[in-house]
Amino acid sequence: MSQQVISANRLGDGVVVYLAADNSWSEFIAGSVIALDEPTADGLLAHAKQAEQDRVVIDPYLIDVAEVDGEVRPTKYREFIRATGPSIRSDLSKQNWAPETGAHDSGTQGK
Amino acid sequence: MYIYDEIDQTMVDQRVNQFRDQVRRRIAGELSEDEFKPLRLMNGVYLQLHAYMLRVAIPYGTLSAEQMRKLAWIARKYDRGYGHFTTRQNLQFNWPKLEELPDLLAELASVQMHALQTSGNCIRNVTADQYAGVGADEVIDPRIHAEIIRQWSTLHPEFTFLPRKFKIAVTGDQSDRAAVKVHDIGLIAKRDAAGELGFEVIVGGGLGRTPMVGPSIRDFLPEKHLLSYLEAVLRVYNQLGRRDNMYKARIKILVHETGAEKFTEMVEREWEQIRDTAVELPAGERERVAAFFNPPLYDAAGDAAETLTRDIAGDVDFAHWVDTNVAPHKADGYAIANISLKPIGGVPGDASAEQMDAVAALAERFSLSEIRVTHEQNLVLPHVRQDELYAVWQTLKSYDLHTPNLGLVSDMIACPGMDYCALANARSIPLAQEISERFADLDRQHDIGELKLKISGCINACGHHHVGHIGILGVDRKGEEYYQITLGGSGAEDASVGEIVGPAFPYDKVVNAIETLTDAYLAVRADGERFLDTYRRLGADPFKEALYGVN
Repeated sequence: MSQQVISANRLGDGVVVYLAADNSWSEFIAGSVIALDEPTADGLLAHAKQAEQDRVVIDPYLIDVAEVDGEVRPTKYREFIRATGPSIRSDLSKQNWAPETGAHDSGTQGK
Repeated sequence: MYIYDEIDQTMVDQRVNQFRDQVRRRIAGELSEDEFKPLRLMNGVYLQLHAYMLRVAIPYGTLSAEQMRKLAWIARKYDRGYGHFTTRQNLQFNWPKLEELPDLLAELASVQMHALQTSGNCIRNVTADQYAGVGADEVIDPRIHAEIIRQWSTLHPEFTFLPRKFKIAVTGDQSDRAAVKVHDIGLIAKRDAAGELGFEVIVGGGLGRTPMVGPSIRDFLPEKHLLSYLEAVLRVYNQLGRRDNMYKARIKILVHETGAEKFTEMVEREWEQIRDTAVELPAGERERVAAFFNPPLYDAAGDAAETLTRDIAGDVDFAHWVDTNVAPHKADGYAIANISLKPIGGVPGDASAEQMDAVAALAERFSLSEIRVTHEQNLVLPHVRQDELYAVWQTLKSYDLHTPNLGLVSDMIACPGMDYCALANARSIPLAQEISERFADLDRQHDIGELKLKISGCINACGHHHVGHIGILGVDRKGEEYYQITLGGSGAEDASVGEIVGPAFPYDKVVNAIETLTDAYLAVRADGERFLDTYRRLGADPFKEALYGVN
């Protein structure tokens, strides 16, 4: 089985999140817990479904990941974009987005 | 512009309160996501790749300066400082929080805006020609009837759960800027021999996975029968549309499978039964709505045209912009100024809050406080005095809104694609940016001439690729982004569906392929031919040969 992590969107704000080892939800895939086998993946998914019941997240599901240069990365491009933000606006990425700095005032047309 | 009366405002305010309670119940756990999803969609709230997305309705693409300023304010307060104008003349915010959406909607309601009819299987936000009321050749301002249809269709109990979504477009001009032939219903205003106003009715056009140019089912429908006839069309559809298969549920499939002639008979039969009993618009109400669209008082100075001529002579960049982006206005001394939201390398249809504010200020000062949104993802200042165009352009320039590329290759439609959209299979925007940069030289673009390039990131065709002179469709091929190219489409009065030219290209080969196509066109075009004309004259062979080396 390929390596897998759980992803979902947070109910209150829709932000993409990943299930972490302490059963919390991280906004960054680097903080996710990785399942190396099917029973572990099933267990994580069961926990995520409970979090859905508890109104923490929406629609959790397993995604395939791989370690690239020591970083956890989704293998599918769609999931890579979910993890990192729109490919066309690095200022909007999770790593760079900083609303308190007014970062959004600088980018006009996403050049 | 139409101004809400008490009934309109009450309805929108009540809807905000209702949604506020629905959000509260969702967050409190009284509603599951399955229960909540159809409710949020009825208020324009989607869940996309990164976050919730709110689609704001801009009925028939008309905005006041005050409304545009409010959109800018919302973009700053509730989103990330920008919005995306769509091919439905709407605006999408990409990052709102569910918890804040009721407040956001209340802000919209405070300027007579909402997100109704922007999702769900209802009659969607009605679209219209962006030159409505100002086009030099217009029969009538199509917004009068678009507004009447809006009022009739909003929360219409019989048409709230149709087999599938339903889109109506209206134009009052023989030049079709509203793509009426690829809508579920397209209406073209016209006058009969006696000078009476009516509509040609086109039914069953559409894009998506089964693109069709709609057949005309009635050459002339007298104006007074508009609503009862629409009701007859929708009743036939509501009864017979394929609810069993969402891919066959649009009216275009029903019309196609039934046959246009038989479908027309069914509509006419239904209409005969209801035409005398259905709700028709009382003349007084028609006049009440029409009065909102009465032409404003135009007061251009007598020498406005001479001033413009002088301004053009004095600034070659301004002259290029006027030549490309400014259209004739029906009133002497006035012009229609198109604002391109396609700067070279930019994101088609995106506007920052600063740009929205700038356009609002320009509209207030120079365009009777009015703005239009086009289905090609641009903006329009519809009433600019010719002697004030230069001042408008200078401001546009300082906000990177002055690109003189209307109708040229870099004036592309592109859907949000996989950068934002949960349905997409491939990215659209970066491809649009790369094509735009490859053709950055505006002289070259002008040499190529009118070229409608449209990009969709999946078969749902929000980027209208089927009706692009050149269309690009993103597909997923074993996890890789590939792009299928179609040629010969048109969404205008000469509507046609493009044909696939050959095997798809991987992402990094698409820009070269587009350049190969334009080079092939330049090599064989006859005098005065657009790309589309050359394609129609010669067929696909010269283009296939250029792309693939074989016929």
